[in-house]
Amino acid sequence: MSNSTSSDSWGSRVGLILAMAGNAVGLGNFLRFPVQAVNNGGGAFIIPYLVCFLLMGIPLLWIEWSSGRFGGKSGHHSTPFVLDSMDKRQFWKYIGVFGIFTNVAVAAYYCYIESWTMAYVYHSISGTFSGLNQGQVADFFTRYIDVSHSTTGIPYEAVIFYVFCLALNTFILSRGLHGVERAAKIGMPLLILFGIVLAIRGLTLGDSGATPEHPDANAFEGLNFLWTPQFDSLTNPKVWLAAAGQIFFTLSVGMGTVQCYASYVRSRDDIALNAVSAGFMNEFVEVVLGSLIVIPIAAGYLGVDWLKENAGFGMAFQTMPYLFQQWGPALSVFAGVMWFGLLFFAGITSSLAMGTPWMGFMRDEFGFSRNKGAWTFGAVVLALGLPTVFFYQQGVFDEYDYWAGTVSLVVFALAETILFAWIFGMDKGWKEINEGGDIKVPLIYKYIIKWVTPLLLLFVFVGSLVTPKNNDWVNALNNGWELDNSSIIKQITNTGLKEQITAATDPAIITALEDKMFYVSLARFILLALFIGLSFLVYLAYKRRKAEGRIT
Amino acid sequence: MNTTALILMVIVQITVISITGYFFYRVLTIPPRQEPDSYDENDDVPR
Repeated sequence: MSNSTSSDSWGSRVGLILAMAGNAVGLGNFLRFPVQAVNNGGGAFIIPYLVCFLLMGIPLLWIEWSSGRFGGKSGHHSTPFVLDSMDKRQFWKYIGVFGIFTNVAVAAYYCYIESWTMAYVYHSISGTFSGLNQGQVADFFTRYIDVSHSTTGIPYEAVIFYVFCLALNTFILSRGLHGVERAAKIGMPLLILFGIVLAIRGLTLGDSGATPEHPDANAFEGLNFLWTPQFDSLTNPKVWLAAAGQIFFTLSVGMGTVQCYASYVRSRDDIALNAVSAGFMNEFVEVVLGSLIVIPIAAGYLGVDWLKENAGFGMAFQTMPYLFQQWGPALSVFAGVMWFGLLFFAGITSSLAMGTPWMGFMRDEFGFSRNKGAWTFGAVVLALGLPTVFFYQQGVFDEYDYWAGTVSLVVFALAETILFAWIFGMDKGWKEINEGGDIKVPLIYKYIIKWVTPLLLLFVFVGSLVTPKNNDWVNALNNGWELDNSSIIKQITNTGLKEQITAATDPAIITALEDKMFYVSLARFILLALFIGLSFLVYLAYKRRKAEGRIT
Repeated sequence: MNTTALILMVIVQITVISITGYFFYRVLTIPPRQEPDSYDENDDVPR
């Protein structure tokens, strides 16, 4: 048993489930899911999405909950030594570094988006968007992320909101698991309440938002667009890849946070029901609330044609404040507070989860107090995050998101699934999942976890590694495989950026692209340095354990 | 809304709401285990 930890614990079972659901529920539930659905066959997307949830999402939740609880029995609260406890081969602890690396790197840019939601709550209350037209609201966002510009009179406003948001996260983390749990107990019910109010508005808007500029605007057309099945898309691997990817991001699996939270659960307590309860709570927020807000409200005022061309992440900040203005001065303030408030709660319950693996590791291995663990996390995240704030437009943010927030998740999830199902062994794994269980997990999942989940993950990984040109799998299979610039291989070599530089003729654009190339390399260097630094800490921890005779 | 879209939306959403509600109901109604358990809110002796 580790000598420095054991005092932290969850207050209640409901608190743990809300914290775990809060970890999963994030900005993507409201912004990424509807856009993915719209771009991948509307209603037909939901079929592969739910299939992937059952065959990959739920199994991964059980794998991570049970691995975490298993590691927790030996006093491990972060993935390097959780994985190490499952197989004695040395490299697993370094694979486990992903479970800290991903969280620190993602928190760095995620807190920046979270700070936008705080800033937009402030601007909604102060009436900043009042009287602005659609273009001006969109332009406001562009000016906001230009850090040298101030929209409030406060110099470096975006930086100040970012630092404040990170400080708030750090303060809550310094209160330990009880702080995280309290934030989830406040944040999750409010998020659901705000979501329900806005979803009711989305469902009842109808064609009342049509204007002479957008005479065909109709919320029901937006829902038609989202939910009408296009069954031919079911045979397209691109749709399945998108659905599997969405399941990943929405459940926050492959990050190491689930293992960390579950490591504080004792072996005689349930994880089987807890895992599905938290997982389905996330699905409720995503499939029910997430589908009934942005798409119908945007279609209700701007029409489906506009939506098809503009569906994307930016709608939350560049379009929604303008649409809320159509509800009148008082209601627009309430709607703005509810929308950005729910995004804030979705964000903070996830970013808090990202802090706990670092804190668990530093407490277990180096005897850090909660305060020291939290504030060192805040300092590291600040150092990593400021480049994303200052060089957002140069691509640092996107680079972090791609390597730490996308590729790392898939790599780690694939590795941990192979470890759990094939090395730790499915017989032991099955026993771990069911130990203390309040539900009986259907036996078929023993075989799904062993065979189907790893194959699905392999499909996602290979599909991302060698994505065919224009994501056109049928053409690639029939006429030769040409890689798309979005594939991991082409991303590593910066092929897309190089092609843009070659094609550009304007010297100013060439200079901007070359600058971008520099910042992309800088971002990768930072991420690599972080991974190496964390691996070195794990090595030091291993040496300490060996010296203290704590290697079991 | 067209009928197919409406049917799919209603089926999917009712299914998700029902399963979520069922699991959460189970969590709320299953009696807590004997101490010591993982949760400290009803500990006899504070940790």
